[in-house]
Amino acid sequence: MHLVVQALILGTLTGGVYALMASGQTLIFGIMKVINLAQGAYVVLGAYLTMSLFQWTHIDPFLLILLTTPILFFVGAATQWFLLRPLRPADATELSLLVTFAVALGLEGLMSVMYKTTLRSIQPGYENHSWTIAGYQVNEVRFYAFLLSIAMLVILYLILQKTKFGRAIRATVQNPMSAQLLGVNSNLVSAFGFGLGVATSAAAGAVFGLITPFNPGSHYDLISRLLTVVILGGLGSIGGSVIAAMVMGVGAALVSALSAPVWSDFTFFAVLIIVLLVRPRGMFGAKVRGAL
Amino acid sequence: MSRNGLLRGGLFFASLISFPFLTTSQWLTNMFIFTLMYVALSSSWNLVGGYAGYPSLGHAAFFGFGAYFTAIVFQNSVGNGWPPFIFLPVVGIVAALLSIPIGYVAMKTRADVFAIVTITVLFMAQSLAFNLHAVTGGAQGKGVAVPPFDSSTYGRPFYFAMLALVALAMGSSMYFRQSKIGLSLSAIRSDEDKAHGVGVQVTKVKVVAFALSVGLTAMVGGIWAYYEGFVYPQFAVDPLITIGMVLMTFLGGRATLWGPVLGAFILVPAQQYLSYQLGANQFYLLAYAGIFLVTMLILPRGILPTISDKLRLKKKQKEALA
Repeated sequence: MHLVVQALILGTLTGGVYALMASGQTLIFGIMKVINLAQGAYVVLGAYLTMSLFQWTHIDPFLLILLTTPILFFVGAATQWFLLRPLRPADATELSLLVTFAVALGLEGLMSVMYKTTLRSIQPGYENHSWTIAGYQVNEVRFYAFLLSIAMLVILYLILQKTKFGRAIRATVQNPMSAQLLGVNSNLVSAFGFGLGVATSAAAGAVFGLITPFNPGSHYDLISRLLTVVILGGLGSIGGSVIAAMVMGVGAALVSALSAPVWSDFTFFAVLIIVLLVRPRGMFGAKVRGAL
Repeated sequence: MSRNGLLRGGLFFASLISFPFLTTSQWLTNMFIFTLMYVALSSSWNLVGGYAGYPSLGHAAFFGFGAYFTAIVFQNSVGNGWPPFIFLPVVGIVAALLSIPIGYVAMKTRADVFAIVTITVLFMAQSLAFNLHAVTGGAQGKGVAVPPFDSSTYGRPFYFAMLALVALAMGSSMYFRQSKIGLSLSAIRSDEDKAHGVGVQVTKVKVVAFALSVGLTAMVGGIWAYYEGFVYPQFAVDPLITIGMVLMTFLGGRATLWGPVLGAFILVPAQQYLSYQLGANQFYLLAYAGIFLVTMLILPRGILPTISDKLRLKKKQKEALA
């Protein structure tokens, strides 16, 4: 029982981090109908950026997020503007997925050249501290990471619901054609939306680098988990992906505690297969033609 | 099939068959073995990724399956007089059968999600290869028994085995182009719902194409395992193999017979040269990503379709002038 509760705590905290990563992924899919296979690579990029800046300035990694978020925003917006926008509409759906895959590879290659492939981690000195509450371990960094994820999700929600730009994004999600007719510049919205989606990986990357050792190849692990989360939640539904992230975080932690850590990867795979067989549109997804 | 096409195919295979008798250079043979390997791989990928428009990112999982299958079956048996390539058809058939349930689930979705499912299959296969120590030997890898070939022409049997698979893969590709299954696939590619509406047996056709494509891939993996002599999980189930297949098909021209062939003949020698010059694996990734992006932005349909469109346009202009 102790083991199960401990796994629940750990899973909930990890789930919060997945939620942050998956919300960016979902946002990008919602706006552009593109599954971004590079999201994991952006997270790893965020982790390396935070690590380098931390080693250089010794500013707390959580504060550095204020600096890395705009950087990743521009990286994301540039990806959309220079690599996805020029695709001809006729091939866009088929090619954009592969373009993001190529971006992931390119980032992996770039990071391997710059940082080599040894495992790194961000070590501000308190990364292994934890509190003991009623006999249960609560890791300090994971707890902050959880809070941060919630804060970022709230900010994302506010941007989408309360700002004019957010309204333009939501209009584009609902009906790109009418949004354009009403004066929304869909290219700009796409670039900003992609940037916003990628910007979430700054915070996610910092947190990821704090809780696990990483190397350039880590994006493969991340992307296969993220994709399961967004499909379970329903493509395009941010709320759905948050809930799915919590479910998967807890599920994987339970499997890992009760059997072996290796099998927690297979939990994701099993869930993916079951979702596709039973309810292909996920828990909360609308049926998107062309996606499912 | 046109007379020109027959001539082209005849010339292509005649020159490839005569090649090993013209040179015994080790590095040249080695390079050609890898080139042919990728011709076979990308031609097989093209069956699903090109004709049906379902971009599978998981083919490397089946390549690895074929490699491990061969390594395990031949662990002790080569010394007992088994001809080395006799089990290849079995490898292909088992992989194809195995792929039917996977294909069935994955093909319930449309292209984007299909890519996700297949890439997850790849990661799961990699994870299994690393963790099922009893079967795969884990990270230590698994040795393959050395086949009893003459050392001066050691590469030759592998070369011909790869060439046979090239013929098989290109033959399937040609068959697809001329038969109902190919028509069904291209209907699926343009509009799956409409194809379903006019009575194409969508699921069946997709699953059959996937099984054939994957079976061929596994057989290539089987020969590769033999040639390398050792199977490591990170090389047998490698995302780079998938990427190579996709990239070569896209570069040459997908949904064409010769596109994947051209792509492989350009990229594999280039890759061998680069790895010789740069030595570091990481630069490869950058080069791959760069070529990939440039291809998709500048030549989104690949080299061959772009050229043939230009030629057709010129012919039309000439006719209009005459």
